[in-house]
This record gives sequence, C-alpha cells and structure tokens, in this order.
Amino acid sequence: MEPRVRKNPGSGDQSGFPPATDIDTGIIPIRASGRGMLQVAVDEARRSQAVKAPVKARVEVLDFYYGEFKALKGLSLEVREKQVTALIGPSGCGKTTFLRCFNRMHDLVPGSHYDGSITLLPENLNLVAQDIDPIEVRMRIGMVFQKPNPFPKSIFENVAYGLRLRGMRSQIRIQEEVEKALRGAALWDEVKDRLGSSGLSLSGGQQQRLCIARALAPNPEILLFDEPTSALDPIATARIEELIAALREQVTVLIVTHNMQQAARVSDYTAFMYLGELIEFDETSKIFTNPSQKATEDYITGRYG
Amino acid sequence: MSTEGLSHHISSRYNEDLERLRTSVLEMGGLVERQLTQAVGGISEPDARVIVRVAQEELQVNQLERSIDEDCSRILATRGPTASDLRLIITILKTITDLERIGDEGEKVAAIAARLAMRERPGNRYRELRNLGDLVIGMVHDTMDAFARFDTELALQVLRRDRTVDEEYEGIHRQTITFMMEDPRSIRRALDVMWVVRSLERIGDHAKNICEYLIYLVLGKDVRHTKIEEIEKELHPIKA
Repeated sequence: MEPRVRKNPGSGDQSGFPPATDIDTGIIPIRASGRGMLQVAVDEARRSQAVKAPVKARVEVLDFYYGEFKALKGLSLEVREKQVTALIGPSGCGKTTFLRCFNRMHDLVPGSHYDGSITLLPENLNLVAQDIDPIEVRMRIGMVFQKPNPFPKSIFENVAYGLRLRGMRSQIRIQEEVEKALRGAALWDEVKDRLGSSGLSLSGGQQQRLCIARALAPNPEILLFDEPTSALDPIATARIEELIAALREQVTVLIVTHNMQQAARVSDYTAFMYLGELIEFDETSKIFTNPSQKATEDYITGRYG
Repeated sequence: MSTEGLSHHISSRYNEDLERLRTSVLEMGGLVERQLTQAVGGISEPDARVIVRVAQEELQVNQLERSIDEDCSRILATRGPTASDLRLIITILKTITDLERIGDEGEKVAAIAARLAMRERPGNRYRELRNLGDLVIGMVHDTMDAFARFDTELALQVLRRDRTVDEEYEGIHRQTITFMMEDPRSIRRALDVMWVVRSLERIGDHAKNICEYLIYLVLGKDVRHTKIEEIEKELHPIKA
C-alpha cells in the first residue's frame, strides 16, 4: 500500500460555504460547517436579548456619613425598572445603609449626611436632596424589614393604614385596594375570612407577606427589602422569593440579602459591596458564573477570611 | 484562575473535595491515554493480549466516571458552588463524558487492530494509521496536561491540531476508496482501516471538546462552535 495522500480541497476552505460533495466518492468532507440561516437567527436572538430595561433610579457618586465615619464611598449604579437588583457583601459593608438611603431612613440619625445623588426617573427627582420631603419619598418607595413588624392592628387595618395616610376616604375604594394588595402579596386566600383578626396572630411568613402587602398598598414605584427572609423557615422563604419574582411585573425591587443563593435565584442584577465601596455591579448570571473582580469571586465562592 | 485557586475556601473540606475531584479526572485521563496508546500500538505490532488489557482498563474508566459523577452531584447538592467552582464542576462533568467516549473508541480500535493482525498486512504496516494515531494520542496527552495546569495556551494548541486530524482523515479516506476500486479483494481490510480512522478522528474531536471546556473553566469564555481563528482573536485580542 503506497501512501498516495492527495491534497484535499475540502478542508481549509475559508469561503464559509460547505464544500461541495466530492464527485469521485460522493462524500461530504467532515469540516462542512457554514454560517447558514440558523446562525443568522441565533445572532438575531442574541442582539434582542441585549436590550435592557429603562433606568428607574440612577445613583451617582453617593457618599454617606454617620458623623465622621464615611459609610458609603462614591457609589454609582443604575437600578433598572421592574427588575430585581440584589445587594450582597459581608456584614458591615454598607448594603443596608445604601438601601436605607433610598427612602431616607437615615434622616433621624444625628450628624448623618449625604453627598452625591440618587435620581428617580423619569422626573429627575434627587431622593437625597435636602429640600425633598422624606414623607413624599417614602410614599413612592416602600420598605420591608428583616423581622416582620405588622402594626398591632387588624389585618385589614395594617394594609389600609398607608391608604388612609394618603388621604383615601372612600371605604369601598379602600376595600378594593386592600384586597388587591393582599392578593399581590399572595396572602389573600389565607386571610380573606379573618381580615378583622390581629396581624400579630399570623405566622412569621404570613406576617412578612402582610408587611409586603402593607408596602404594596400605596402603589410604590420601588420596593426595598432588607433581608426579608432571614427570620423565616425554608417554606416561607420560598413563598417570599416566589412573590418577589412576581412583584417584578409591577414594581422595581431592591433587596439586601446574606443568602447568596437567594440573590442568585431572585435577582436580575447584583451589586457586590465591600467596606462601603461598590466592587462589582453586573447581571446576576454573570456575577455568579463569571465575575470580573477577584474580590467578588472570593466572596461568592466562600473564600473570604 | 489558577490551580492554587482551588484551595482557599473557608471550608477546608470543600478544598479537599475539589482537589480530590480534579485528581480523579487526571487519573481517568491517564488511564484513557494508556488505553489508547496500547490500542494504536496494536495496529503495527499485533499482540493478542492488548485487547484484553484495553477491555480491563475500560472497566476502570467506567467506574471512575461513575464515582466522579457522584462526587459532582454531591458537591452541587451540598455546596451550591458558584463562579469558578461552578465552572469547575460543570467542566468536570462534561470532560468525563468525553473521556469515557475516548475510552470506548480506544476499545474499538484495539478490537479492529486484533482483527487486522490476523490478515496479511501491507508493506508499510499501516504507517498512515500510526501517524494519525500518534497525532491523536498527542492531542489527548496535551489535553490532560493542559487540564492539570489550567493551561489555556496548550489547550489552544490542541484545538489547532484538530484541523490536521481532519485533513489526515480525509486523505486516508480517499486513498482507501482508491484501493477498493482498484482491487475489490481489499475491501474487507479497507473497511477495517476506515473504522479505525473514523474512531481516531472522533477521539480528536473529544479532545478538542475537553480543551474548549477548559478554556471556559479558566477564562469563563464559551468557545464551542467557534472557528479556531475567532477563538484565537478572542484569547489574544492584542496580537490579532
């Protein structure tokens, strides 16, 4: 058997088209890849995926001081509308401080002050400006805390409270809105027959959903969650996470969580903070599969210490 | 990322788990490479014991595949790995599938080599088969080497060689067809030769797959179904 290897015309063809069938043998060479219609469709799909939601709030070089102590150092990021943005980082990194800036929860802390801006779009309202009334800010930006904290009132009154505060008088309207909020918080079916009983008679997970309903009732534009499930069992946690995913339809969500898997599950964007600085901010899928900063990588893989 | 990056978790047991997993994959790669070397050697130096040895090693390879699979599932369930840890687990899960298939193909080559040994052999003792075999063994070897050191440059080199393998494959293919047309009595042997070439070419593809996973593991870039020129551009943006 003499080796008579002929140069083969099929391979090394850079034209991009599949090489034609060899007339002698009727064989299509192995390397018959080409950019056909399929590839065009795939490229198209990739491009459309890249379109991002509009910006709801733009944070620009935000500093925050507790007296002399600078707790937040020049944070800048964009919160996208009707998306869930998670804030993660080790204890003391400033995530809760940052979250609380959004509805001016620091105003009563003596000696605290803000630099920079959090601009609410589309009307360009700087949330941390001195001349903006914190009450107005809180009407538009609701908050849910780590521990469920319903008022010592009936379930109905817990949710109606914010509505009355806003000056809603019609009992029928209030009833409608309460039902809507309770449904929105996936609690309605469980409490519809006992709206008059105390909010404190509910289980922990139900209380937390009641607090979400209370925050939802005045129709906020942004909802802030400060570790909303850290005091709940896995089932109640799963319910709240479901709920957060569903809330995305109507409201922009910011969530602080220590549970990394929770951030990965519920959020679209993730911000990693460390020592008051924003280390990395990107799409959640990117952060949890291939973060660009080593500090982020070390934190989410459990290499800190 | 580097291989030392594996060992800085707060949990030392997690470190050990990942390190052990990586060692098992390397062990599996070593076994498969030895299997392949024996099988290819059997083509030119017929030895009836080769097929037995290869089949025995195949059992070991299968066992390793199962245990690595199990370890990966356990780590996924208990540790919830993220970022580079997640990429490592994903890469390993895919890599062992390709390694196991390389083992299967190696076994096929060994079986056909035993059959070819019983027939009259051509004057050049299947030199072109041996050449292709050596090329492919080299690819598997360097793939495991790249895996051991997380060396993307070496992985890229292996990817480049896949084109040569395809060219060799097509060359032998044509040559074999010519022989068959010239002398129908050679068809039986020619078909066996074709099976071997086909298996070797598939092994090259599996090695290439593993190199692509490795690039994903180290750099987080998915380079599957991408032309080699584009991969090079992606990996060396300045040079290109």
